[in-house]
Amino acid sequence: MTPTLVGRIQTRWFLVLAVGVPWTAVVSLALPGASLGDVYAATFTAILLVAVLGVGWELIYHALQQFRWDKDWPTLLGLLTGINEGALIYLLLRAGVPIDVGPIDTTAFLVHFASVWTLVWLATNGPMRVVFIRWRFRGGRLI
Amino acid sequence: MSDEVAPPAATGESGPTAPRADLPEALIAGSAWSEPMLGAEGIPIVDSPFVTVGGGLGSLAMADVLRIAGVPASDIAVLTDIARPDESYRHVASNSQISDGERLRSDSGSVMDNIWAFPSYAIREAVSDRTPKPVWQSLTEPLLSEYFTPRSGQVYASVGREADRIGWEAMRVGGHVRMVRRRLGGGYFALLTPPAGSAPTRRVAYRARYVHVAVGYAGHKFLPDLQKYRDTYQDLRRVVHAYEQHGHVYEEAERRPVTVLVRGSGIVASRVLQRLIDDRDATGARTKIVQLFRNYVDGPQGERATFRRPGGNGFAFQAFNLPKAAWGGQVREQIAGLEGKERADLVDHLGGTSTVPRRAWRAQLARGSREGFYEQRVGRVSSVAPSVDGRSVVTTVALSDGSEETIEADFVIDAAGLEADLTEHRLMADLIEHSGVRTNQRGRLDVEPTFEVRGGRNEPGRLYASGSMALGGHYAAVDSFLGLQYAALRIADDLAAQGHCARIGVRRSIAQWLRWVRNRPA
Repeated sequence: MTPTLVGRIQTRWFLVLAVGVPWTAVVSLALPGASLGDVYAATFTAILLVAVLGVGWELIYHALQQFRWDKDWPTLLGLLTGINEGALIYLLLRAGVPIDVGPIDTTAFLVHFASVWTLVWLATNGPMRVVFIRWRFRGGRLI
Repeated sequence: MSDEVAPPAATGESGPTAPRADLPEALIAGSAWSEPMLGAEGIPIVDSPFVTVGGGLGSLAMADVLRIAGVPASDIAVLTDIARPDESYRHVASNSQISDGERLRSDSGSVMDNIWAFPSYAIREAVSDRTPKPVWQSLTEPLLSEYFTPRSGQVYASVGREADRIGWEAMRVGGHVRMVRRRLGGGYFALLTPPAGSAPTRRVAYRARYVHVAVGYAGHKFLPDLQKYRDTYQDLRRVVHAYEQHGHVYEEAERRPVTVLVRGSGIVASRVLQRLIDDRDATGARTKIVQLFRNYVDGPQGERATFRRPGGNGFAFQAFNLPKAAWGGQVREQIAGLEGKERADLVDHLGGTSTVPRRAWRAQLARGSREGFYEQRVGRVSSVAPSVDGRSVVTTVALSDGSEETIEADFVIDAAGLEADLTEHRLMADLIEHSGVRTNQRGRLDVEPTFEVRGGRNEPGRLYASGSMALGGHYAAVDSFLGLQYAALRIADDLAAQGHCARIGVRRSIAQWLRWVRNRPA
């Protein structure tokens, strides 16, 4: 991947919408929780945070990328950054930020977050290039 | 990200001074031709809306994208003097010691036969070799492993498959193209000389609204001192070019102990060094290698931490011939925003001579230094002459400390990778002289971001160029696998804007990809 800052943000938002939202709607059905409403509140808040906090993360990644001669973002980093992002979101949800979604089931959070993250990561490493033929030449920019 | 070896897309007749046979003066001198002018000379006219001249990988990328954009094969003519699109590339790669099993300096995602780069070369190699290793490597590159790079044989085989899929044979027309001239009334004529005896007339004019030129570079050039040596002493055996056939050097090195002087420090030099050392290991050759550096890189280059290229032991290291983001990231955008000298300076800085920091190569050289069969020298050559007994070549070098040293070698391999000037190519010289096309800072064709050649427009016609002839433009990586594909896509988009073909949108892209997967015609 050789993303630009704008490309990073656009791709993240697009994939949260195109992959994260439908997947969350489906996978939440199988997750434990007091009610489906509670589960949805937790999972959708989590992916909302992926989209919103992600802008900040992308700024950091973009800054780090400047220290790479190739100005690229290795595939593996795209996967591993799920760890720091997931951890932050988990802590925030437990602290009731941005809204109180009740007690957080750690296993449910892990299954949901890890599956969303992996699907988004897989999509950036193949399918996106098929759907948007110019996407990879434009640093991940869609518009 | 693509290919190090930058071979010509087509060999072509080159040299502006080559005779033009019996072409009448009226045609030679006329900057624009008309149908009656050609008719008077008995030159038949064949219509094709789109002509691509070259027939190598640049033409393949172009035809591939156009076919995906819905242009029928019957509306594309590929004018070429080679049989298959990978032929010229393969020839030069093989000379520079990249056999079919060796890996290119090209990214897993620069998939010549698949504009989507999915599945990548790594995935395909994993499937064909039944091993997860290539996928693991491309997943962890360049952090935990070296970049995955495809074997050249894999590239050639898949290019062949794609050429067949898009109907290459139906589009291909054999022959030399020496001239592309404006047509009075718009568009162009490409004058083709078919192979002798294959056509009823000596020449055929292709009348096209759009012409794409991807003829590769004009040829290789020796370092000036080596060219002078070859001219003066007519010794074409001991002083050779890495891009040309020089198998006799390795054969002789197997028979008897020889000293080989390698000039240059880029990827081609690395490959030559590898071959020489591999032969020592495999055949027991006792070759001594001296490598002469003009600019010795003794560590990372660049004052700022955000602009510093790794390097050491004489070499500048980068995985590909430009930073990876030059193909599709922030470096591409940065270069695209510049013009003229500013752009040329930046590209020189980002490109320039470099090689891949492959562990195996570095280990070989370290062992060579330890065991004394590999030595490095740094300096400028002041003269090259035969030894007194005429059995070797003596290179006199002015060292950096002001002293002089002579290096006696049985063979000198020029691996500096110099390319001949644009005007050495007959078609290019003709375009510049008669069609008003402009050249850029780097002496190549000056192209728009759409790869339209500046100064070459003949309404409603357009003239496009990609590959080595278009270097120095807004897209620095144009002479690479992925660069050729990028250029083809930009050209196709420009044609779509003129209504010539469909713009490849989401639906078409997915549908065409599915056809590719099933190996169905585009």
